[in-house]
Amino acid sequence: MSHQVDVCVVGSGPSGLGAAIECARYGLGVIVLDSNLQAGGQLNKQIHKFFGSNAHRAGTRGILIAQELLEEALSLGVRVWLDSEVYSVSNDLSLQILKGVRASKVTADRAAHPCTLMCRYLVIATGASEKPALFPGWTLPGVMSAGAVQTMMNLERVLPGRNFIVVGAGNVGLIVAYQLLQAGAQVSCVVESNKEIGGYAVHAAKIRRCGVPILTETTVIRVLGIDQVEAAEIGRIGADSNRKDSDRQRICVDTVCMAVGLKPYARLASLAGCAFGYYPQLGGWVPLHDEYMMTTKQNVYVVGDASGIEEGGIAEDEGRLAGLDIALRENPWERNLDLNRNRVRERLWENRSGEYMRDKGDAKRDVISRWHNLSDPSGPYDAF
Amino acid sequence: MRVISHPVLEDMQGAKWVEITVDGRKIVARQGESIAAALMAEGIRTMRYTPVRSEPRGVFCGIGQCSDCMVTVNGVPNVRACITPVEEGMVVETGTVQHRG
Repeated sequence: MSHQVDVCVVGSGPSGLGAAIECARYGLGVIVLDSNLQAGGQLNKQIHKFFGSNAHRAGTRGILIAQELLEEALSLGVRVWLDSEVYSVSNDLSLQILKGVRASKVTADRAAHPCTLMCRYLVIATGASEKPALFPGWTLPGVMSAGAVQTMMNLERVLPGRNFIVVGAGNVGLIVAYQLLQAGAQVSCVVESNKEIGGYAVHAAKIRRCGVPILTETTVIRVLGIDQVEAAEIGRIGADSNRKDSDRQRICVDTVCMAVGLKPYARLASLAGCAFGYYPQLGGWVPLHDEYMMTTKQNVYVVGDASGIEEGGIAEDEGRLAGLDIALRENPWERNLDLNRNRVRERLWENRSGEYMRDKGDAKRDVISRWHNLSDPSGPYDAF
Repeated sequence: MRVISHPVLEDMQGAKWVEITVDGRKIVARQGESIAAALMAEGIRTMRYTPVRSEPRGVFCGIGQCSDCMVTVNGVPNVRACITPVEEGMVVETGTVQHRG
């Protein structure tokens, strides 16, 4: 079975839906693909209220943002194909998709419906995957990524354990620790190998008020257990620690929740032949893109965490920016479109100006500069 | 352990339940939830043992990427428990050695 559409967006999180909405608003046919059974991406796990400006729905919970974005997209005529996994993309932007695998009955000849989707523009909004922390015992059942813990407790409504240790005090670790308390679990402590807490002070204060200590310059040395986690051994790793066994402490937990960072998940961009650059501040390898999110491959865009780890509001605006850029290419004489596109671009950079986002903003500037240098080798580019 | 009441999310009411068999034992699962969720609600966290060193593995990534949580479903090996929804009458086997190749 073969289909055609103007714009294909892969991923239905904030960035993907943002892109789809702007394209559809200006009359383009849009199909959003997602391998999951529910649209909304990581927003569905975010039961806390978001920060930022009103334009980014400050004070609104992530799950509600997902619903609002999906409803807006659907009302504009965007088609959303769930349970659809893209496994290949060709040079002429035809995608190979497996549809309906997850929801089909599990049998030896399990039904999958391969189909081809031809598009003129491709928006890669495939998000991120989690980095693990490696210590002896990290493969034991009961050691879980923060995303898996969130899926279990907030979506499936099942607590994967009773007593947790959270590894990593960035925003993800702090928020998950608080959500664990909300779901009725115990959190023994949050450990952070760095000297400073990485996440916002507000999130840190919330769990400290509940009596959960945040131990900085501390890490998990190993996790103990036969068939699953029974205890974790933690220890100081700061400059002033003498690294003796007596510094170690064994705590009784049944679950270790890892929140030690994300990396962009942009395999499709790799398949499409886009150029990448390595940026630790953005989580690792990211597809190079211009100021409107187009990769080094014509008509292929990358948005959201797939283009570098930032946060939800920025992801949505990156999606909108790509959508508006596509719309402008299709409607070059529409004056308001140009203004809208620049307005979103300005808003995006305003949100990167805060202290927390500054390193990421600098890295993004370099991504854009390198895109221009690759595209126009005649001279260095300085967009800023 | 299921999270029935929650300060932010709505109480879990009106769920439909199905019956599945796990390692020969019948358990009740919420319709539409993943096999992993159904097993964890029953306190089952070890999904399989590795073929060479027989080390236990459970749910790690929860999004179908790491393949740690593979179980045998209706006789089909290597089914990812975290992204496969339960169905009435489903037969799940944990701990089965996953053959290479």
